[in-house]
Amino acid sequence: MSLRPFLSTRHSLRRRLYSSAAAATEVQHRPIRNILIANRGEIALRVSRTASLSGIRTTTIYTLPDSLSEHAHASPYSINIGPSNAYLDGEKIIRIAKEQGCDAVHPGYGFLSENAKFAERCKEEGIVFIGPPGSAIESMGNKSASKDIMLAAGVPCVPGYHGSNQDPSFLAAEADKMGFPVLIKAVKGGGGKGMRIATSAAEFPAMLESAKSESKSSFGDDTVLVERYITTPRHIEVQVFADAFGNCVALGERDCSVQRRHQKIIEESPAPGLDEAIRKDIWKKARDAALAVGYQGAGTVEFIFDNDSGEFFFMEMNTRLQVEHPVTEMVCGQDLVAWQVMVASGLPLPLTQEQVEAQLTGHAFEARIYAENPEKGFIPDSGKLLHLSTPKTTDDVRIDSGFRQGDELTTFYDPMIAKLIVRGTTREEALAKLRLALEDYQVAGPSTNIEFLKTLANHPSFIAGDVETGFIKKHNDSLFAAKETPVEVYAQSALSIILAESQAPKSSDPFTALAGGVGWASNYQKRVVTLDNPNTPDTKIIVELEPVSPACFNITIGTQIFPNVAVRHSSADNTLSSYFPHTRVDSRIIRDGSSLYVFQHGKQHRLSLSQPAWLEKLSGPSEAKSSVLAPMPCKVLRVEVKEGDRVVKDQALVVIESMKMETVIRSPKEGVVKRLPHGEGDVVKAGVGLVVFEEEGEDA
Amino acid sequence: MSSLLRTQLRCRTIRPTIAAIRPATSALSASKARTITNHTPRIAEQSFTQIKSNVDTSSQDFRDNAKAMGELTTELKALHAKISLGGNEKARKKHLERKKMLPRDRITALLDPNTAFLELSPLAAHELYGEEIPAAGMITGIGRVCGVECMIVANDSTVKGGTYYPVTVKKHLRAQEIAKENNLPCIYLVDSGGANLPNQAEVFPDVDNFGRIFFNQARMSAQGIPQISVVMGPCTAGGAYVPAMSDESIIVQNSGTIFLAGPPLVKAATGEVISAEDLGGGELHSKISGVTDYLAVDDAHALVLARRCISNLNWPQSSTPVAVEEIKEPLYDPKELNGIASTNLRKPIEIKEVIARIVDGSEFSEFKEHYGTTLVTGFAKIHGYQVGIIANNGILFSEASLKGAHFIQLCSKRGIPLVFLQNISGFMVGSDAERGGIAKNGAKLVNAVACADVPKFTVVIGASYGAGNYGMCGRAYSPRFLWMWPNAKIAVMGAEQLESVMKTVGSKGADGLKEQVERESMATFSSARVWDDGVIQPEETRGYLGLGLRAALGGRNSGDKETSFGVFRM
Repeated sequence: MSLRPFLSTRHSLRRRLYSSAAAATEVQHRPIRNILIANRGEIALRVSRTASLSGIRTTTIYTLPDSLSEHAHASPYSINIGPSNAYLDGEKIIRIAKEQGCDAVHPGYGFLSENAKFAERCKEEGIVFIGPPGSAIESMGNKSASKDIMLAAGVPCVPGYHGSNQDPSFLAAEADKMGFPVLIKAVKGGGGKGMRIATSAAEFPAMLESAKSESKSSFGDDTVLVERYITTPRHIEVQVFADAFGNCVALGERDCSVQRRHQKIIEESPAPGLDEAIRKDIWKKARDAALAVGYQGAGTVEFIFDNDSGEFFFMEMNTRLQVEHPVTEMVCGQDLVAWQVMVASGLPLPLTQEQVEAQLTGHAFEARIYAENPEKGFIPDSGKLLHLSTPKTTDDVRIDSGFRQGDELTTFYDPMIAKLIVRGTTREEALAKLRLALEDYQVAGPSTNIEFLKTLANHPSFIAGDVETGFIKKHNDSLFAAKETPVEVYAQSALSIILAESQAPKSSDPFTALAGGVGWASNYQKRVVTLDNPNTPDTKIIVELEPVSPACFNITIGTQIFPNVAVRHSSADNTLSSYFPHTRVDSRIIRDGSSLYVFQHGKQHRLSLSQPAWLEKLSGPSEAKSSVLAPMPCKVLRVEVKEGDRVVKDQALVVIESMKMETVIRSPKEGVVKRLPHGEGDVVKAGVGLVVFEEEGEDA
Repeated sequence: MSSLLRTQLRCRTIRPTIAAIRPATSALSASKARTITNHTPRIAEQSFTQIKSNVDTSSQDFRDNAKAMGELTTELKALHAKISLGGNEKARKKHLERKKMLPRDRITALLDPNTAFLELSPLAAHELYGEEIPAAGMITGIGRVCGVECMIVANDSTVKGGTYYPVTVKKHLRAQEIAKENNLPCIYLVDSGGANLPNQAEVFPDVDNFGRIFFNQARMSAQGIPQISVVMGPCTAGGAYVPAMSDESIIVQNSGTIFLAGPPLVKAATGEVISAEDLGGGELHSKISGVTDYLAVDDAHALVLARRCISNLNWPQSSTPVAVEEIKEPLYDPKELNGIASTNLRKPIEIKEVIARIVDGSEFSEFKEHYGTTLVTGFAKIHGYQVGIIANNGILFSEASLKGAHFIQLCSKRGIPLVFLQNISGFMVGSDAERGGIAKNGAKLVNAVACADVPKFTVVIGASYGAGNYGMCGRAYSPRFLWMWPNAKIAVMGAEQLESVMKTVGSKGADGLKEQVERESMATFSSARVWDDGVIQPEETRGYLGLGLRAALGGRNSGDKETSFGVFRM
């Protein structure tokens, strides 16, 4: 998508809006010349892109773990702010902005984007905060306060208790009043953190405790709210924009119902199957909500939508530009970052509500590419991006990415690798484009959700637009159905290993030119490659390769025989084309140690090289078998057991935190804790033993 | 070469065109100091150098030859397939039950993937001892390990416990000889019960017997040719010296053992009762005695360690012979050699048809084409390596011998390896020949062959009789490699001649001698006794020569040894 520079039109716009007798005539236009982007990754690059199209200089900041990242190189002015958490250091950022002569700060999303104090401090220092006024952030940041404002403005809200009485028994009584299930949510929270669902009164105390603890550690505040929980809800949100002149427009809505861990995974606009009258109503309520808090800039009003009744309730307002804003940009044809800059520099909104509605066209999807493992409950992953190949971008296929091949995904920040945004004239067309683009999205290194997104985009219920926030849970079996690995994947993997470790045949080198063997019965090169497939851990995959001539093999896998398969291998781009008797197969195979990432026919397959018996023998009896390992790089938050404790299966052992998310590590079996190698506060790598059990039969 | 082409190439100066192009007033044209040199495009030289084949694959002769050769090769293929299995099924099963890899699998694991293995004398011991000793219980050959061409010697313990028959010793020594001449690091995959005791008299005492193996190891090590042992089975008595005299030794625990006397002998001698593993197993030798340097948990691990040893030799990896990466294959199908060569050695083999199917692009720069035509000499390339080819095209006359001696001198002085294609029934006999000094002229050829210090390769494509064998670099003239075609015969003379000679001198033993000599002349008979390095399919001649050249010229071979000749009686 092209990001249209806005400066060329601003004078005419101003004229038009002034002549329409907008309220605040004393607002001064103050052009922005140098933006400090107080964020990282794709959003920093996103902001910088619009800025450069508009002729605005940018200054970026980076922390030590990010010093080699792409956003740290997006501008010639890039300032090191030190430790990994420094993106939250508002004072340091303000100081740098002043030193660098920046007249504005764009906070992106997350970090300081919804920090009212920071917004105020910027104002005090004479720096334009590209976002809403601190007061609006403050009003919307407090969940219970915001609800009162909304109710007063006639915006419907979910019944619940949003008060300050945090006595557990009082909250339990309130929950009883509104009826179960109820949602317990941190007042300061967001993004699913500090959020729990209690389905019964019995469950309530434990869930309350857990929500409070997470809230305390994440936001330094354990105040929670309790409200009715709608069991088959949809998440529909409206993109709003307001200016200093009292204008406010709704730029269509987005459906972000498909979520995991209460976090969005795929978003679309418009929301499928939404009645036109409701659509218009929800837009209006969103604008009312924004105007009720004197909003300015980009914001999102989130609603919980009941598909059966058509009712919707105000959930919260996100007072920032959101991750999924490109979906709206695609259907409106507008550059929302440009709009933000416009509003921040004191200009009126470029379009009226009618104009916006006249421009809305087509359908757009955004799929978030995450480093995470959907099969293991979507736990985040990290590591080096060994290979990254993305679909070709066009007017209808857009990629907002913050990483390049070779970059390291650290555990310090959100594990989102990129956003893939597509547009079509209809939902069907957009979805078809999404499916194709996902097939061309190749990431090797950390686990990603790309295969999951492909399954999702092909799921009949998703195709039908039958979405709800419980989508993944509801369709768990079909979404996570075991997938058969085509036998050609094994053949290609085995070939790639042998070919990578062979010299290329050369006619001037008879030893390689005669790779098919010389003599009467002397094919000494028949070799077996043994592979492991994580989907079938109990079966070794045995591939027999017999060269018949250089770059031509007989391949045997079990009972399947492929004779005379000619191969073309390029080690430069890790591609392998093989001409099987029945078809040609093109693969890209990335190898990292004993891990293999095979991209073939639009799918990714992960395999590994089987360890030879002698290597296992050499490494001796390993503690690994009787240990509970860290599933990902993490920090140990709490250790719930002591050495010598006898534990039962599924008992909580250790609570870890990774990617700002808490995970409870539970015991896989009954046993006695022998050793606890890591204590609270330790930062460990994936695969490190957290709890070592006594060996079976070993004395406790 | 066509006469038309020759004429064109001779016409270098074409005067009339000068006047046509240059104005008459030119000072140059007036003086006519210089004629014109037409540029000869490279393609002209190339097409003139290419051998033009006249083989008619549909002719009766060709078809008869191909059929006869086909029968021979089918037989040999089956024989080799059987030999490559190693010992009998029971022995192999027992071997595998002990979690040991079969010797051919061990070699595969040792080799770089997708490279050829040049196996030597697989027919050794064939029909030699009245019992089946496949490949003489030992596989030898040249293979590439971590980019380095190595000599691999692997005992096959599924064959008579891997014990050494006399010809096993010979095969081992031949492998070492090749390693020594060609500077090839040696890897011994030891799994042998030592000398075959019933044959001890033929195995132990003589100069080229068992002891020579260790003599060679010591000498090669001294010469800087690495000696690596992998002990994957027993290594008893004399055999213990294979690892003990190696530069580096690897042993497989619970499988490899090294001791001067095994547990039964120890018990008999001293009364001490001890297990083989405790007496000389991997743990003992790697942790206590220091006889071995690396302890492996199994065969596969041991072979990985062996590869690692080779990669640490700091041995130069062979570079390609020429800058050009792509080498032209012969213009004509090498498979046609089966119809070109006859099993009836009385029929001549058109030698240039053979050369055309061996050398790069079938390009052959013939030397002294019109002189002494029963010997064909010339320069060519095989897999990019420049070679001088000396090939019989009839009986050796004086002129042919002189031409051969001359050509060998050329190649030796230039450091060009020599390839002999033998099909020789002998030097010319008779009064004319003797008066012409065939003895001294033949001697010149023999002298030149004996002294030429460039790598020599011999392929017997037909007959190898009498002194012709000497002049054409027979086994006694130390070619780096000597291979036989299936139809080849080697003897002091043809069986018929031999019989008639015996009859003429009135010998009583002449009856049945023809059949005996006929049998003893066979390629398989020769190969069973390691008189050659193997019987090869004619179509693979180019490949074998290529591998041999690579082995001879790669690695640490500088290839510029100075040749000095003895006195030539002129």
